[in-house]
Amino acid sequence: MRTLHAIGACGAVAALSLTSGAFAQADSIDHAKADAEFAKFRAEMEASNPAELNEMKGEGLWNAKRGPKNASLAETCDLGLGIGKVEGAYVASPRYYPDADKVMDMERRIVWCMVEKQGFKFEDIARKPFQGPNDANAPEITDLVTFVAGQSRNMKFAVPMKEPKVKEAWAIGKEIASFRAGPFDFSCNTCHGTDGKRIRMQNLPNLARPEGAIRGVLGWPGYRMTGGVMLTSQWRMNDCFRQQRFPEPKYVSDTITYLLTYMTGTANGQLYKGPGIKR
Amino acid sequence: MADPMKIRAQIKGDVCDIRVLMSHPMETGQRKDADGKTIPAHFIQTLTVALNGKTVVSGQTAAAVSRNPVFGFKVRGAKPGDKVTVSWTDNRGAKRSDETTVA
Repeated sequence: MRTLHAIGACGAVAALSLTSGAFAQADSIDHAKADAEFAKFRAEMEASNPAELNEMKGEGLWNAKRGPKNASLAETCDLGLGIGKVEGAYVASPRYYPDADKVMDMERRIVWCMVEKQGFKFEDIARKPFQGPNDANAPEITDLVTFVAGQSRNMKFAVPMKEPKVKEAWAIGKEIASFRAGPFDFSCNTCHGTDGKRIRMQNLPNLARPEGAIRGVLGWPGYRMTGGVMLTSQWRMNDCFRQQRFPEPKYVSDTITYLLTYMTGTANGQLYKGPGIKR
Repeated sequence: MADPMKIRAQIKGDVCDIRVLMSHPMETGQRKDADGKTIPAHFIQTLTVALNGKTVVSGQTAAAVSRNPVFGFKVRGAKPGDKVTVSWTDNRGAKRSDETTVA
């Protein structure tokens, strides 16, 4: 028995050193090259992104008279650039809206318009704001966000960072990103606050830098091929909280607006390519 | 009534590149919902592409095709302004037909 144990222990040591050897090798993978390969795949998929179907539906919803007030968003909703103007609105958000006296990201603003201008009940929209894996269709709000986002395709992010309320929201977002809590004592920055981190094969962007922040906002809203669902950045941010084992924020909460202001504001000046496609 | 398709038809060299995005749940009939009940199969069964009314592609698809499928075809002999019509029928008898002009 004694010898057997000794051999067992020896084996364990050998196995351990082998594993660390394998890790060392994995680290020497050329990440830039791997990224380039993945980018090629993305480009192929982007040429025929089913998100365009959501854009089409969203456009119909945007122009249709709907809700208890029988009003169309095109005739009543100001996304920040004037009533009904959608071109370039997505890349200029989050922004401060004086009529609501709040900084809002695009999804939140559209929800606000649906409630204030069309008379929909917030609870009805918030009951199921995201497309689930068994849902054939995305919620209307997702189609609307995708349409508006598509109207900023190939434009540069221009969050109005000079506006004091936006600046404040950005600063709060930055604070939230470094707030550690939850059973694992995680913060956003645990994974996204320094360069060169990854989880398994996923390279993690550093959200504190413009080239990292753009990777956090680019491609959202996005069509996820797994399950064939269309999802918005509101969903993505909530999922970050879930992955950190935090309670998920309420739909279109301040927290998400602040974080999106932090990320999008940091990514300012860089090109937005429109609704994306994800694995 | 099914949602519209998105069709793009562009001349590239001597062929016309047709890309079609279809909005369809494409249920396999193998999945179960939250209550454990099988979600009935629902998928596109036949597919035709016509150029100026003349069928150039005719095919069958089955449950293995993804939700919101994308199809690409290359057709020779199309000119700008030609009419491309894409139609499908699914296993429940629903139909959809949309058209575009070759750019």
